Amino acid sequence: MTTVAAKPATMAQAFGRALRDAMAADPSVHVLGEDVGTLGGVFRVTDGLAKEFGDARCTDTPLAEAGILGTAVGMAMYGLRPVVEMQFDAFAYPGFEQLISHVAKMRNRTRGAMPMPLTVRVPYGGGIGGVEHHSDSSEAYYMATPGLHVVTPATVADAYGMMRAAIASDDPVVVLEPKRLYWSKDSWNPEHPTDVEPIGRAVVRRPGSSATLITYGPSVPVCMEAAEAARAEGWDLEVVDLRSLVPFDDETVSASVRRTGRAVVVHESGGFGGPGGEIAARVTERCFHHLEAPVLRVAGFDIPYPPPMLERHHLPGVDRILDAVARLQWEAGS
Amino acid sequence: MTVMEQRDAYRPTPPPAWQPRTDPAPLLPDAEPFRVLGTDAAAKADARLLHQLYAEVVRGRRYNAQATALTKQGRLAVYPSSTGQEACEVAAALVLEERDWLFPSYRDTLAAVARGLDPVQALTLLRGDWHTGYDPREHRVAPLCTPLATQLPHAVGLAHAARLKGDDVVALAMVGDGGTSEGDFHEALNFAAVWQAPVVFLVQNNGFAISVPLAKQTAAPSLAHKAVGYGMPGRLVDGNDAAAVHEVLAEAVRHAREGGGPTLVEAITYRMEAHTNADDATRYRVDAEVDAWRDHDPILLLERELTERGLLDEEGIRAVRDDAEKMAADLRERMNQDPVLDPMDLFRDVYAEQTTQLREQAAQLRAELDAEADGADR
Repeated sequence: MTTVAAKPATMAQAFGRALRDAMAADPSVHVLGEDVGTLGGVFRVTDGLAKEFGDARCTDTPLAEAGILGTAVGMAMYGLRPVVEMQFDAFAYPGFEQLISHVAKMRNRTRGAMPMPLTVRVPYGGGIGGVEHHSDSSEAYYMATPGLHVVTPATVADAYGMMRAAIASDDPVVVLEPKRLYWSKDSWNPEHPTDVEPIGRAVVRRPGSSATLITYGPSVPVCMEAAEAARAEGWDLEVVDLRSLVPFDDETVSASVRRTGRAVVVHESGGFGGPGGEIAARVTERCFHHLEAPVLRVAGFDIPYPPPMLERHHLPGVDRILDAVARLQWEAGS
Repeated sequence: MTVMEQRDAYRPTPPPAWQPRTDPAPLLPDAEPFRVLGTDAAAKADARLLHQLYAEVVRGRRYNAQATALTKQGRLAVYPSSTGQEACEVAAALVLEERDWLFPSYRDTLAAVARGLDPVQALTLLRGDWHTGYDPREHRVAPLCTPLATQLPHAVGLAHAARLKGDDVVALAMVGDGGTSEGDFHEALNFAAVWQAPVVFLVQNNGFAISVPLAKQTAAPSLAHKAVGYGMPGRLVDGNDAAAVHEVLAEAVRHAREGGGPTLVEAITYRMEAHTNADDATRYRVDAEVDAWRDHDPILLLERELTERGLLDEEGIRAVRDDAEKMAADLRERMNQDPVLDPMDLFRDVYAEQTTQLREQAAQLRAELDAEADGADR
């Protein structure tokens, strides 16, 4: 059996359990990356896999991200289902050429003859006190690349379900793992793993009527906290967890904003050229006549990710979110 | 405990004597490129193989000429010719078994054709009606790869996967001299050696990366020497000597198939044409240099060998040329037909299942096409 700890499991353990169950269910699933074998990954997500499935199924590779992704492409060409780990967000960049020119395009350039059922795991985001190059929010790069699916869980249950769905997908899926939630726990029980649903749907994490906070990944718990705090101000905020950035669930997002009439997009990634601009535009295009105020963004500043002792000033927090909500042109008495 | 006492108590284990992990001597390439044609070794060469190589190299030359002509006629968007390099292209295809895989670069359509791919399908990328004009699994030819050296790790991964599955498959990956400067070249060779993957890397050193000569590309003694740093054998071969390239590659393929791991082969050849039809080679090299290579032409070397040994006469030459002409005529005729394009194909195969966003955009293009058609009717 797996080495997953007794319940409640952490998000890191849920990712690991998903990998383990996928490997047990399908012998074509192979895990490869730096330190994923003997060590079990620097975040211990792959803990126990090499022991249970052997080095050939869970492989410590040379330290080279383009090589990892490039060989995974070849493995997928031969019918395997590789799951590769990029150790940290900013360490994934050497693999971009393979990801963009081959992983994302292979299905299209071969007219469907050669799909790429590849899962790329990327621990991402800040808030863990990491020094330089360990805290990037790199989702916009992936989102801008047609052919990739991009998902990011905010709950332990989603961590399991999304990882299973990503591995089962016949398309390449970038799973952005919010580092700062790796040690979070909720009611998910590893003995009764979640049903796996196809990727692509957002969920309303908290229903509300005053305004919608549209968010994902590490910012979801922050928005939930903000929504609780907002009650004191008399605002009943709805929180939409996007879960999947590509494909984008316009339906769930638009339905929420049409109900509430106001929206704030919240993410750690920089605002300029970040996901929030796209999301705000999509909401405006679809919900203009329901909007009481412009869609606002609460994002990381447009700066290189700050050193750890200053990162709290960069990351969107409850106060900054509530400030934005306050700017949603409330009429007196409403 | 005092410092002195500590020092006395501490007896560090002496480091073990350093030894190289792999004996570099057998990995080193020979000082001179391996040659067969025109040497004593040629007597041992199989006559049928020499004739097959000759016929394929002549066909290859004709194919290159035809593709270049089609470019001038506007039938191809661009053509990177392998004229002068046919020995490498042909030998790479012929050494592989049917179950093996070929990983060509954009200059290697001839190798794909020699492996059995329909030339029209091989040239689809360069005509521009789609990217990859064939199902890679049909002839086990990976998509022609434009980003330099990025196909090399694919070959390693595929060969590694085949071995994990217990399949007796070798991957042969082709790259140019310029490509050896890319990070993916390094990473692919390193992964291949660490995994002992059944891969053969064939570097066609044709002297130029577009305009940049080898001297500006590397300070290595030869490109084959790079193999030693990865712990695999490096082999140097005369890339215009089809029999020699065939022999060296066949040996490397056998070595890989038997579990011996990867080999790096550097074939020294020369790009007789410009980089592509869009390039002007007179800006960076002189005609005299090109002319010097004409005396060492792959067709000439084979023809000389075969005729001197009485294995080829005028009639035989004519038969081979006629066969090549037939291939060219067929290619010309088929490439002169306009490809059938369906703009709606743009939205196919981006994902297994279209996203909502792509469905909306496809509907937009559909409407634009319908409006165009209405306008044309009016």
